[in-house]
Amino acid sequence: MKSYRRRLSAILGLGWLLAALGPPLIGVPAGASWAARPLVRVAAAAEPPGETALSPSLPEGRSAATRVPEAIVHEVASQLRCVVCQNLSVADSPSEMANQMREIVRQRLAAGETPEQVIRYFVDRYGEWILLSPAPHGLNLLVWIAPALAVLVGLAIVASLIRRWTRPAHPAPAQPVDAALRERVRQELGQRR
Amino acid sequence: MTPELGSAVLWVAAALALYGAGAAASGAATGRVALIASAQHAALAVFALVTTAFLLLVYAFLTFDFSVLYVARQTNLNTPFYFRITGVWGALEGSIVLWSWMLALYTLILVIRHRSQRDLYPWALSVMLGILCFFLLVMTIPAPPFERLTPVPADGRGLNPLLEDTGMITHPVALYLGFTGFTVPFAFALAALIAGRVGDTWITVTRRWTIVAWYFLSLGLLIGGWWSYHVLGWGGYWAWDPVENAAVMPWLTGTAFLHSVMIQERRRMLKLWNISLVLLTFGLTIFGTFLTRSGVIASVHSFTQGSIGVFFLAFLALVLLTGFGLLAWRWPLLRADGELDSVLSRESAFLLNNVFLVAIAFTVFFGTVFPLLSEAARGVKISVGAPFFNRVNVPLFLALIFMMGVGPLIAWRRASVDNLKRNFLWPVLAGIAAAAFLTALGVRSTLAVLALAFTAFTGGTIALDVWRATRARARTGLALVPAVTSLVLRHNRRYGGFTIHLGILVIAVGVTGSQAWSRQTEMTLRRGESVELAGYQVRFDGLAATREGTHDKVMGTFTVVGRRGQTTVMHPSKKFYPQEQSPIAGVDYRIGLKEDLYLVLGDFARDGSQATVKAQVNRLVSWIWIGGGILTLGALLAILPSRK
Amino acid sequence: MWKWLIPLSVVPVVGLLAYGFRTDPRAIPSPLVGRPAADFALRTFDGNAVRLREHRGKVVVINFWASWCHPACYDEAPALERSWRAYRDREVVVIGVAIQDRDDASRKFISDFSLSFPNAPDPGGRVSVEYGVYGVPETYFIDRQGRIRLKHAGAVSDDLFKRQVEQLLEEAA
Repeated sequence: MKSYRRRLSAILGLGWLLAALGPPLIGVPAGASWAARPLVRVAAAAEPPGETALSPSLPEGRSAATRVPEAIVHEVASQLRCVVCQNLSVADSPSEMANQMREIVRQRLAAGETPEQVIRYFVDRYGEWILLSPAPHGLNLLVWIAPALAVLVGLAIVASLIRRWTRPAHPAPAQPVDAALRERVRQELGQRR
Repeated sequence: MTPELGSAVLWVAAALALYGAGAAASGAATGRVALIASAQHAALAVFALVTTAFLLLVYAFLTFDFSVLYVARQTNLNTPFYFRITGVWGALEGSIVLWSWMLALYTLILVIRHRSQRDLYPWALSVMLGILCFFLLVMTIPAPPFERLTPVPADGRGLNPLLEDTGMITHPVALYLGFTGFTVPFAFALAALIAGRVGDTWITVTRRWTIVAWYFLSLGLLIGGWWSYHVLGWGGYWAWDPVENAAVMPWLTGTAFLHSVMIQERRRMLKLWNISLVLLTFGLTIFGTFLTRSGVIASVHSFTQGSIGVFFLAFLALVLLTGFGLLAWRWPLLRADGELDSVLSRESAFLLNNVFLVAIAFTVFFGTVFPLLSEAARGVKISVGAPFFNRVNVPLFLALIFMMGVGPLIAWRRASVDNLKRNFLWPVLAGIAAAAFLTALGVRSTLAVLALAFTAFTGGTIALDVWRATRARARTGLALVPAVTSLVLRHNRRYGGFTIHLGILVIAVGVTGSQAWSRQTEMTLRRGESVELAGYQVRFDGLAATREGTHDKVMGTFTVVGRRGQTTVMHPSKKFYPQEQSPIAGVDYRIGLKEDLYLVLGDFARDGSQATVKAQVNRLVSWIWIGGGILTLGALLAILPSRK
Repeated sequence: MWKWLIPLSVVPVVGLLAYGFRTDPRAIPSPLVGRPAADFALRTFDGNAVRLREHRGKVVVINFWASWCHPACYDEAPALERSWRAYRDREVVVIGVAIQDRDDASRKFISDFSLSFPNAPDPGGRVSVEYGVYGVPETYFIDRQGRIRLKHAGAVSDDLFKRQVEQLLEEAA
């Protein structure tokens, strides 16, 4: 019984961890807008405000040298919050502002910046708030581990409930069988045959 | 005249509801039937009064009565008839009128159907009338729908153009029917706690209520997704917006409740858990109305702020403290008197199902309020949006799909190895085969493969059960169709449940397809130029500006040539409303079973020489709506009276 | 005894939600305050060039507005014009930037309020993103050394303008 329970919990826990962490380890192909996209490590919030240089604005008059694949623009834009809508990403929002922000993303990528740098540019000007997914450091880690915590706590409660409910009852101590009763039983069994 | 009359009606109704709640409670406590009868009359009167108020408001809308402030805000002289009716619940005050009317209706039905339930009925009636009194109070103090506007303007402002859609007649109505529907099980749960009758009675009485409420909530969520997809112009159906989250949380705990009551019915276990779930579900519906109406967390749905948030928060606190306080008080009565024989059993499968559902609900809750927490703790504003929720919830939903296959077929008490093999061998093989097939096809997204493999597994369990049961019936000489029909009707709860599960599976396939395999692109085109996306050629032909009744419209003409040469002309547009700040995008789309083509018009040159177009090819989205239809059939089947 | 923790746990949750009444979810503090203001070059509605760099050493007030922004932009436009006329000879520059607006509507706005300070459209929204603008109206007060000292979201009053500008004028270049 105990080994069953342990094995089951282990399999479930492992399976869930794999599903959660596997995709970023394996890597997700560009263009698939599925959930598991490698998180952009944004260091901006950890730095103290002050003299650190902002990411530079694009120099004037620089035209887009290369055509950037829309898939990458989409991927970067989907991590940024559209500032005039509620809770939509810059990639999804049909608003004017989002159109302009997408164009800026496109131009910066075409000028040679990496996706991380483009995101850093926006975070420097709008703050952490513009990231649709909270950067995983400091207090934000709490919201990232909350789901795992909830599942583990739930599994622990279920495990203890199951243990309590499957505890085998103590068998009553055997009563010595009456000799006369035993003889009668033997006779009756013999008769049946 | 109307404003004063309406306000008076609501005041009287609030007073009567308060009286009724008190009378029912004291009648229940002392056993005096006359008090309970008086409370019943009060309930009937409240229903009549609330209906009157509702009809008065509709009348004010239909007759362009701009002396009512709410009417002047929601309509103008150009508003078409249809939207003059649906506009009634298009904003805060009217939505509470609708909510209250549904509560009053449900109270009436409760009086008619459950009068004979002598132990629980009086307390349940008291709770219902108490909750109704609160909503009526909200309508009299912070959010009066019948506030007078002086001087009476010649024309009103007009409905938010995003709300000018058929979704307005179904989405809020279905959603509210779901939310308010959970009030009745909550009332009975409280009644059970107060009266000390925490056995199965309150569950059997509320079983149908729960399924109906759950169904309407599901329907409301699906219609919301449909509306988002077809009207809002961003090509998605779910954005993990705080108010969307607020609606899905009670759905999740409601689903958990639906399943765990089956354990209490069969095995008399989980009493404590079931009551907690129903308290939580109702609490979450109030939390949802609080979020929508308080403006505490910014959302696309947010109505206006004001003191109404304080009212709802106070009510939420009252509801939760009372409910869980009573629970703690009756704790000794709620001990389980059941046993479990094995970890591998339906009981533990259902327990696991509950763990996952509640874990998702907790994750969604925590993520939704986390920006507040971060601001309180760190002083920094952050966002928690779709990328976060998608990432953390997907594995849990996958686990749920798997459990959906295990639960219905695994044996009660103890599943032997034989039972496991018999029920799960073929479905497991189906799942593995699906995974292998997809990998061979070149699908690289692990999550998509897992999702479809689990779907195949669970679909396999449903197919296996139906096949085996039908075969058993067919052996008695019945032909196939009568065999299936009689099977399904005789065990309508079980097969209703299976159909609902099937609907969920179809939805899961749709969600997987649209998340993993959709394509989008954006391009600025000069006239005659085209852009290619997933086999479609989209050519920009020109722009046309027109003046409609309530707005100016710029319409783009795009000729689309598909893979097999089929041609269609699409007209995405931008609508400029005088009362709105930014233009509203009008999307154009072609729906298909396998994929939808979606065009949104962006920037354009005034002379029509060029335009920016965003094109999306969304895969399998139609499966979501089809799954919703299957779910509806399943729910209808499940609530049929049993023919045994 | 521990069972009473369950109802008690409601209290911190409600407390957190109540805290939400004191905050405005739409008011985002700007990380740019204290940092050098980004240079930009725009062409006004009159056809003149305006460049931020040229005004180094003066106090610069940049106001982002739009003609569809009711009622706040309409409330502050007269106040801005009055303040501009009062301070234009005192090394203060006011620059208006119209964002996401239609050309004719912007020009009408300017002529309706007889705005005499330079106003320019922001093609592509480059400048508004550069300054972290997320709504209109927003006003940035820049000191003589070219740093952003205050970002004010919402309509600007004569009073606010005067207080800020007087304080910045006293500082050395």
